Amino acid sequence: MRPSTVVVLALLFAAALYFLLPVVWVLVAATKSTGDLFGTFGLWSPRPQLGQNLSRLFGTGVFGRWIVNSFLYAGLGALAATALSAAAGYAMAKYPFRGREALFNLVLAGVLVPSTVLALPTYLIFSEAGLTGTFWSVLLPGVVSPFGVYLARIHANAAIPDALLESARLDGAGEYRIFATIGLKIMSPALVTIFLFQFIGIWNNYFLPLVMLSDQNLYPVTLGLALWNSQTFRDPAFLELTVAGAAVSALLLVLTMASLQRFWRAGLTAGSVKG
Amino acid sequence: MAEVLRHRGIGTEAAGAGERPRRPSRRPRAHVAVFVAPFFVAFALFFLAPIGYAIHQSFFKLTSSGLGLTEPTLEFTGLGNYARALGDAAFTASIGRVLLFSLIEVPAMVVCSLALALLLDSARARFRAFFRVSFFLPYGVPGVIASLLWGFLYVPQTSPLVDALAAAGLPHDFLSPGMILPAIANIATWQFAGYNMLVLVAGLQAVPPELYEAARVDGAGELRIAWHIKVPLLRAPLILITVFTLIGTLQLFVEPLILKPMTTAINSDFTPNLAAYNQAFGQSDIHLASAEATLIAIMAFVISFGFLRLVNRKGNRAW
Repeated sequence: MRPSTVVVLALLFAAALYFLLPVVWVLVAATKSTGDLFGTFGLWSPRPQLGQNLSRLFGTGVFGRWIVNSFLYAGLGALAATALSAAAGYAMAKYPFRGREALFNLVLAGVLVPSTVLALPTYLIFSEAGLTGTFWSVLLPGVVSPFGVYLARIHANAAIPDALLESARLDGAGEYRIFATIGLKIMSPALVTIFLFQFIGIWNNYFLPLVMLSDQNLYPVTLGLALWNSQTFRDPAFLELTVAGAAVSALLLVLTMASLQRFWRAGLTAGSVKG
Repeated sequence: MAEVLRHRGIGTEAAGAGERPRRPSRRPRAHVAVFVAPFFVAFALFFLAPIGYAIHQSFFKLTSSGLGLTEPTLEFTGLGNYARALGDAAFTASIGRVLLFSLIEVPAMVVCSLALALLLDSARARFRAFFRVSFFLPYGVPGVIASLLWGFLYVPQTSPLVDALAAAGLPHDFLSPGMILPAIANIATWQFAGYNMLVLVAGLQAVPPELYEAARVDGAGELRIAWHIKVPLLRAPLILITVFTLIGTLQLFVEPLILKPMTTAINSDFTPNLAAYNQAFGQSDIHLASAEATLIAIMAFVISFGFLRLVNRKGNRAW
């Protein structure tokens, strides 16, 4: 190997070590008792008791529920967001109408507003409408994805030829059918990206469920783990639960990410900048 | 919003009936509204309305009259809440703190993701798939969990990192007041550098290989190719990464909230978002909280648009 190859590989391995360290630490820690967690070296478990920790974790009942809730909020929200973005983005790309650019500028401004800024105002207006504390209060805000509309429009513009739509019209297809059969099919790589983005965004959003929910049975897993973590100072037994819960949910996401990695078209977002 | 669109759709149709439309539109335009309305109705309800409502609330305050025995009354106060927020030393300090945090985090993020992308794209790199996945993994770990994990790695009792640094005689108090911002910056970089790297790598893959060939023929080494060809070509995605990191840092909330119980270096007004949260739920003053939330949004907007204007002024536009 040439020296420059060794340097590049050494740097890459050092970076991999950095990115994997917390994940490895939590997987090791999940096999420890509370005593060993404090008393032994962080990356080695002398008396592994993974089974016992896991059965305690799922024995709480509420943890499995939090995982299911997270999947419901993120899955349903991202699905709806993808559908709304696909229709709006497609129409804004393929039909000229008055006010189109003004609406698109509004969407672009929306891209720059992060979800944290919205959480508190959304809580205020939902509490006025009596919606706080419900499943809907966390699900509904997730169906709006300005970034999804932006991406769908850019992609539809670039990938769907007008001539194709024109020939479908000549063949007598209606606009809805053209969208459902041609538009959605051609846009599918962008739609997968929109879905994944929104899924991760909802799954990771903490501020919104934090202000909306008070019933633990409706918590997503992030909120639940933060709750347990805040109780460790009262009762150290919660530490074991927090660590095991963090390990399980991190592993769950890591597996999802690894398996979906090839669908992840970061290139779509990069290319869209030039648009 | 839907009403407006439907009116517009019908309006164009009616106008088209009288004269021959310039553009060949053979069908009624109602379908445009059907496609566009669901998103914009949701956008109006869950995006614009909350912002409008918060701005509205920010102009009022509750005043209790007399001995506080009667119901407090809602009173218009104009910009009074904004004056109160900006006159509050703790809140202005929190703004200064996130600006300082941006100065640490934005360069760290840009340098890290660029370095990772260039290393991975280098002709010398191997095991690319393994490295891509391991750098990208943290993006899927929620901020709460990332903060919990790094929290355990910062606390001396559970951390192998602190053990190792202490053994080597290096500074290892991550949760001290002087180290807390870099410690939080580390969590954010850990989470998002791999994702930003993917965006940059995708940008590099669009570069025609002949460009590198030509440079090699001219005798340029890998480092010179990286610095003189690759980096300038990544201008647009680098600007994008800078803007989104900037916006993210100004919103700082989860990381300090989770780390707070572990250290005295974080108070309940540590960042503007924490201060607004504390105002709404700790002090139950939703009017002041609304003003603070509005100020945070304005700040994020002014800074991100200001930055885009600055970089777009000369040369080609990136956005």
